[in-house]
Amino acid sequence: MSDITANSASGAPRKGSLLVQDGRTQRRNAAERRFQIYGMIAVSVAVLALIFLLTSIVRNGIGAFSQTFITLDVVLAEDKLDKTGNRDRDEMAKVSTFGYAPLITAAIEDRIAAEGIEIEGLSKPVDLISKQAAADLRDFVLANTDRVGETVEFQFLASGRIDGYYKGRVTMASAELDSNVTPQQLMLADALKDTGALERTFNWGFITSPDASENRPEASGLGVAILGSLYMMIVVLVLALPIGVAASIYLEEFAPKNRLTDLIEVNISNLAAVPSIVFGILGLAIFINFAGLPQSAPIVGGLVLTLMTLPTIIIATRASLKSVPPSIREAALGVGASKMQTVFHHVLPLAAPGILTGTIIGLAQALGETAPLLLIGMVAFVREYPGAPPEGFFDPASALPVQIYNWTTRSDPAFVERASGAIIVLLVFLLLMNLIAIILRRRFERRW
Amino acid sequence: MNDIKISASGVDVFYGDTHAIKNVSVEIEGNTVTAFIGPSGCGKSTFLRCLNRMNDTIDIARVTGSILLDGEDIYDAKVDPVQLRAKVGMVFQKPNPFPKSIYDNIAYGPRIHGLARNKAELDEIVEKSLRRGAIWEEVKDRLDQPGTGLSGGQQQRLCIARAIATEPEVLLMDEPCSALDPIATAQVEELIDELRQQYSVVIVTHSMQQAARVSQKTAFFHLGDLVEYGETGHIFTNPEDSRTESYITGRIG
Ligand SMILES: Nc1ncnc2c1ncn2[C@@H]1O[C@H](COP(=O)(O)OP(=O)(O)OP(=O)(O)O)[C@@H](O)[C@H]1O
Ligand SMILES: [Mg+2]
Repeated sequence: MSDITANSASGAPRKGSLLVQDGRTQRRNAAERRFQIYGMIAVSVAVLALIFLLTSIVRNGIGAFSQTFITLDVVLAEDKLDKTGNRDRDEMAKVSTFGYAPLITAAIEDRIAAEGIEIEGLSKPVDLISKQAAADLRDFVLANTDRVGETVEFQFLASGRIDGYYKGRVTMASAELDSNVTPQQLMLADALKDTGALERTFNWGFITSPDASENRPEASGLGVAILGSLYMMIVVLVLALPIGVAASIYLEEFAPKNRLTDLIEVNISNLAAVPSIVFGILGLAIFINFAGLPQSAPIVGGLVLTLMTLPTIIIATRASLKSVPPSIREAALGVGASKMQTVFHHVLPLAAPGILTGTIIGLAQALGETAPLLLIGMVAFVREYPGAPPEGFFDPASALPVQIYNWTTRSDPAFVERASGAIIVLLVFLLLMNLIAIILRRRFERRW
Repeated sequence: MNDIKISASGVDVFYGDTHAIKNVSVEIEGNTVTAFIGPSGCGKSTFLRCLNRMNDTIDIARVTGSILLDGEDIYDAKVDPVQLRAKVGMVFQKPNPFPKSIYDNIAYGPRIHGLARNKAELDEIVEKSLRRGAIWEEVKDRLDQPGTGLSGGQQQRLCIARAIATEPEVLLMDEPCSALDPIATAQVEELIDELRQQYSVVIVTHSMQQAARVSQKTAFFHLGDLVEYGETGHIFTNPEDSRTESYITGRIG
């Protein structure tokens, strides 16, 4: 309207061919093209940064999913493992891992002799095998007492240095200076590899095993951390979703608009911006010191993360409730629906996709949260799997991001690879959650 | 002379500081079609929305004065607006079908008010309402498709059908024909005339011809004032107020 009046103010109507752009149009189109180029540059920078980040994580971490194993025939000597000979499990449990170590030493030395491998200056060939091996063998024997006396083929984890040798972390030169491994042992590893006793395969243990101590990185896994994170997510979902949605519905649809609700609103927005470590301190004070819940337990972690997630869910839910057009509410009220019927029959279904997205974003945030968990003791070294829910919620456990943090603080370089591997696992979980969010959203949106 | 269905006296409406309705008193009769006319922004919709307390949903809106439905004050603290709105149905100025199927759009009201005992009865109500809303022929084969997928005029008729499905005693219609072609308009006007046998209908319209055709009573609003109210024939042929006259003549030409 105003364009036309501005042009016709001079009195002359517009003239000129449509096939030739006038100066004004050219300038406008140039500005549009410029803006598109800025946008494309911004997107490219973001994508490149992402690609760089992902490739570096994958390159560092992919190794954690494969592991070097040494397969040996072990003689389960009865006179060492079961002196009484009656296969009584409790009796046999008295033999500690120290009792099993000689069996492994014998097994590898037999193998070397059998293959006729001779290496000048080779000492302690058993160092090729993880210190975890004796414990693994003991677990196997106690679980299969009837196998005592037999010779069984057993797959042992290779020690971290040998594994590192095949992943390029350890070289002959570095082994020279390393007190944990000698070049001769590396040569032995190569010789065993040629015979097929040593091989690198997919490492389920990385996903299922519990954490292991500082000097046996090869045995460490994410089992306890994944369970702990899963339990916490369950707690967060079960608590935060209903509380958050109910609170939002009340605030948005029912609560009178006055000073008090304004105050609550402002504070919810503020809570969303509170640093997460503050929630950790709060959790420590309230749930552990005051309520007496156990430390390192997923229930406490879940409660703390619930507090942290609530503002996210409430804000997202309120935004999606607000975005439902008021005409829908009027339509429902107009045919005589009550306020609650209006909300639950019409408003909530329309807001559901937004609520779901908000919830899953909140959950994803909670899944990756580390700081508050450090304060409530989730950083403890936990080797026992937590029990099945609901009791399991009170057992000590770790969490994925805390495990990552934990591994990055350890000195053995093998843990760098473990930490990157754990980040990959965490990212896969986040991707899965986003996928679920998208699928759920599709499903809800199909109902208009 | 019909009995008084709705009696409003001394009604004022404020939106915050805006004084949208100024001391309006009007008596709406049963079995009558009452037309509200007036220039845009004069408060027709606002006053209409007072009659079923739809203004309750606007936070800044404040209504004073008294409005009686069958002698009972609808703004009494004991009145549940939900019950009131089941009696006083409304068709909104902008078509607002639910984002559900055409069937569910109509069936929703009867369902929540328990008007149908079984599926067959509900089907019957849906068909009857759609027929009366002059839209049955167009949608009978696609009842399971979304109501939001209809054209603007179809949506408007769907909303009319939805409003009469709950069998209200008073039907408030805010420009129900603004997006309709002459054929559908004629059908809706026929419906309005038919509804008059049982209910009272209040209709807001910008079409003088329509007001003259369908209504028995006409109220002319101007800047929040009720300028003139009376027999439609009288208002159109012999307006007492000069504002009414200039509005009517200006429009009709
Ligand atoms: N929700 C609201 N908030 C604030 N002011 C409003 C609101 N609704 C209406 N008003 C004001 O009240 C006055 C009357 O509005 P109303 O919608 O009743 O007019 P109308 O007669 O229906 O006009 P139209 O013919 O254009 O529909 C207008 O000045 C308008 O600006
Ligand atoms: Mg209006």
